[in-house]
Amino acid sequence: MAAVILEAQGLARAFGGLRAVDGVDFALQAGEIHALIGPNGAGKTTFVSLLSGRIGPDAGVIRLAGQDITRLPAHLRVRRGIAYTFQITSIYPRLTVFDNVALAAQSRGVRDLQAAVAAALARVGMGDLAGQEAATLSYGHQRLLELAMGLALQPRVLILDEPTQGLAAGEIAAFTALVRSLVPETTVLMIEHNMEVVMSLAHRITVLNFGRVLAHGTPEEIRANPAVQAAYLGTGDAAA
Amino acid sequence: MKVWLFHLAVLVALAVLALMLPAYHANNLARILMLAVFATGYNLAFGYTGMLSLGHALFFAAGMYGAALPVSLWGLGALPGLALGFLAGGAVAAAVGLLALRTAGVSFMIVTLMFAQAGYLTVIYFNQTTGGDQGIVLSGAGRMLAGLDMTQDGPRLMVALGLYAAGLLAALALVQSRFGRVMLAMRENEERSRMLGYDPFRVKLAVLAISGLYAGVAGAGYALLFGYAGAGFSGVQYSILPMLYSLMGGAGTVLGPLIGAGAMFYLIDIASGLTTAYLMGVGIALVVLVLFAPRGILGWVRERVLPWLP
Repeated sequence: MAAVILEAQGLARAFGGLRAVDGVDFALQAGEIHALIGPNGAGKTTFVSLLSGRIGPDAGVIRLAGQDITRLPAHLRVRRGIAYTFQITSIYPRLTVFDNVALAAQSRGVRDLQAAVAAALARVGMGDLAGQEAATLSYGHQRLLELAMGLALQPRVLILDEPTQGLAAGEIAAFTALVRSLVPETTVLMIEHNMEVVMSLAHRITVLNFGRVLAHGTPEEIRANPAVQAAYLGTGDAAA
Repeated sequence: MKVWLFHLAVLVALAVLALMLPAYHANNLARILMLAVFATGYNLAFGYTGMLSLGHALFFAAGMYGAALPVSLWGLGALPGLALGFLAGGAVAAAVGLLALRTAGVSFMIVTLMFAQAGYLTVIYFNQTTGGDQGIVLSGAGRMLAGLDMTQDGPRLMVALGLYAAGLLAALALVQSRFGRVMLAMRENEERSRMLGYDPFRVKLAVLAISGLYAGVAGAGYALLFGYAGAGFSGVQYSILPMLYSLMGGAGTVLGPLIGAGAMFYLIDIASGLTTAYLMGVGIALVVLVLFAPRGILGWVRERVLPWLP
């Protein structure tokens, strides 16, 4: 069994009376693609926000490669190798594509910015767009730019929050291939609603419901799990 | 390379202009250059990093009194006075930033404004030392800077130009550096920047301190060049002026503050020759600017003619 790179124990966070994340135990294994699924409001985004440090937990412990990072501020977690790409595209619209990616690359102190940016952009197939202002990109390219920024950080763990949302079918296929090419060097944790993407990409799946872990396992196990079918997938074929 | 040559050419043109101008305008240019140093620093915080401060009068006054008090009270030389003013501006800005940067947006404006008002009242309160509204007049001996007599028009303009040139080139180097890119990132999207590994508080504190150094050296220079330090320079209008210069010349452009300071100075100069309601003229000019060139004079030029301008 591969080493655990990122784990959470008893993680909890409430907003007012709502327990968005309610005592979640979770382990991400190095080199895997792990999907986080669950109905709207299940606490998925809150959970990954806790992992990335964007919000603080009420209770629980988070460890990165065995080290307690529960109290570490978000920007220092990024420096330690946890990258987060936003659900709603969050780029620098008035800067060039080059500057967007350069900001990620220079954050980890690379010497040769030109090469690092070119490599990240080539990986998402945007090498020829470096000089363009980010605001003028198509939506699909903006999503890819966001991903390129994540890649330029060369993270140990890359957290993707609904990466395929709003992408066309062709773009999704290219995106799937890209994510698959990232492992095992990078570990990927993704929130995803598109079940086709989840079932074809993920090595393992965790299902959240009402802030708790409903089930976890391989795609086959999740597909066959009656509780998951009842809570989330409906009673029919999971991939439908 | 093109960028550096362009800005060096601007400095050479200013030097040539300085040699040709008649005394009245040469004196105006010296004032404009010192105000431009102030505004260039303000613009680093405002135009590049997105911090709208209303407290810069405090940093300007810190530099002004940081230089004028040791020179007048203890007979310190002008050069160490200038250095002290420079450091005082930066130190006060850093101290204010440590507290004020816990807020953002409108709260940040109000907190910085309050600090500056407290500074103004402090200057008035200690009027035995600071001279209050009367101010301090610096004697000729305290105005010899490295052998240059700043009671004379020529040397004074030379010093002003030297200070501006240093400030301009430093600002240019800063905004073109990797740190300059991070400054823009803070302005554009602070949350994204945090999730790329940057600490917004530290970045903004550093920029505010640098901005304070500019305000400090501008205040010190102003006092030493024109031989006077007074409470009026710590009033709220001296927080608003560098913002107006930046907006008029082009927020987020390196040369914009100089253009804005010059344009505003002569606008007031000409309008006040025509009417006592000269601020009306300034108001109309600002309205026209906001309507037709919301990014300022140089911002307009950059959008249409010189897209590579930093």
